[in-house]
Amino acid sequence: MIAAAAKIENLDRSSEALPLLSVRSLTRTYGTRIGCADVSFDIWPGEVLAIVGESGSGKTTLLNCISTRLEPTSGTISYRMRDGEMRDLYQLGEAERRHLLRTDWGFVHQNPADGLRMTVSAGANVGERLMAVGQRHYGRLRATATDWLGRVEIDAGRIDDQPRAFSGGMRQRLQIARNLVTAPRLVFMDEPTGGLDVSVQARLLDLLRGLVNDLGLAVIIVTHDLAVARLLSHRMLVMKDGRVVEHGLTDRLLDDPQAPYTQLLVSSILQV
Amino acid sequence: MTARTQASSYNFAYLDEQTKRMIRRAILKAIAIPGYQVPFASREMPMPYGWGTGGVQVTAAILGPDDVLKVIDQGADDTTNAVSIRKFFERVADVETTTRTVDATIIQTRHRIPETPLREGQVLVYQVPIPEPLRFLEPRETETRKMHALEEYGLMHVKLYEDIARNGHIATTYAYPVKVEGRYVMDPSPTPKFDNPKMHMSEALQLFGAGREKRIYALPPHTEVVSLDFEDHPFEVQRFDKPCALCGGGQVYLDEVVLDDRGGRMFVCSDTDHCESRRAEGLRGELLGEVAQ
Repeated sequence: MIAAAAKIENLDRSSEALPLLSVRSLTRTYGTRIGCADVSFDIWPGEVLAIVGESGSGKTTLLNCISTRLEPTSGTISYRMRDGEMRDLYQLGEAERRHLLRTDWGFVHQNPADGLRMTVSAGANVGERLMAVGQRHYGRLRATATDWLGRVEIDAGRIDDQPRAFSGGMRQRLQIARNLVTAPRLVFMDEPTGGLDVSVQARLLDLLRGLVNDLGLAVIIVTHDLAVARLLSHRMLVMKDGRVVEHGLTDRLLDDPQAPYTQLLVSSILQV
Repeated sequence: MTARTQASSYNFAYLDEQTKRMIRRAILKAIAIPGYQVPFASREMPMPYGWGTGGVQVTAAILGPDDVLKVIDQGADDTTNAVSIRKFFERVADVETTTRTVDATIIQTRHRIPETPLREGQVLVYQVPIPEPLRFLEPRETETRKMHALEEYGLMHVKLYEDIARNGHIATTYAYPVKVEGRYVMDPSPTPKFDNPKMHMSEALQLFGAGREKRIYALPPHTEVVSLDFEDHPFEVQRFDKPCALCGGGQVYLDEVVLDDRGGRMFVCSDTDHCESRRAEGLRGELLGEVAQ
């Protein structure tokens, strides 16, 4: 309870400043079909926002638009750069955008093979971002990689193995390490626990929760799993047919859903 | 019929003038942006891809009647590839050819740089199989071009990191990536890394032609060429324990030659011209009875 109060206080204090990311009337259409329509929200430093909804509701389209992987049809997305200035992401040059993507941001894919280099060792996977920003000391790169493997509970002896030789859960943890090594401020996650069995999922969630707290990360996580959203997120956006149907604090939204669709979604959770 | 009249139906140096102009334009652009791969409309040549079609086109485009041409293949003037390309230009351009590095104005090379330092006014033309240094790390050409444009070269170090992680040292020994004038990362073609330092601040113009891949790139004279490395694993060239068995030369790149089926072997200069000139001066290695230097 005290921890939660402290967290809210933290959020309050940082809310005096500008948000980290601000999305305004974001729309993406595929021809006449709607990907997502008129989405607006802000995210503050250290905050975890979950985007939930059924398959085809526009979650991934929204995530891809925000992470500059897919150009929106209309609307603006602005981001507070490290120098404190709010910049429109789609006004940035490509070089700046790609630099942002591999330093200040992280992207955790549902399928680890999309986010990892499967044919180079785990150590090089973790070190790649550091080398990209100019780290040129093998010994230090290796020390950092060893440290990060430890933090995501991968045995240091596996540092020279390729991710091909890793299990699904290990690959996902390696992908997380690879993204967090440059101390990003904002991490996008697309169904990070999808396709993992429940015990592995639980460990991964535990790890993620710890890392998010320790590093003060802001996270935008897309998931169809309400339990994942409840465990990780402070706030939630519920999407249906490309639109946001409800938006609020996670506990409030799950315990007292207002929109009919959210009520349906919450009542559809299987009780074991 | 002499070779000259037989070839009279060909334009000078085989290619038509329009094609030569197109290639020269690409060369000029490549010289203006050292290390940048300029696309060009590579032609079919009367030899298979992989035998130096890129180098031959570059040579044909810059060759004049007064030039003296030398062609080497792995350092040697007398191997099939070198002999046939030299004969080709004797026939279609009727230019003087030589095996002596110091006499040549244009040297077409496959995978070596001559040991004799090149001087101002000479042109070294490389035959390049794969011009893209990032190819085996990132297979998408659209992506690698973007990486060059945005100077995103972290991946190149991932390869070197892997080398050290697996072998304890940088095990890349040929086609060793270099950075040109602090900007473009370039594949020096599969020359041994022994030759990389010779590219740095060379007085000669260096042109690279890749026929199948349709790319030309260049290093103008006095260009800074730095081999990539790590602070704690600096770039090093190969070292040889013994001098050349024929001419006794040290500080040169040596080829291993098996002499019999009982494990006998010798190490000789890969650069045949360098070896022959030294022997002409009376220098001898251990196989020919060493002569004090």
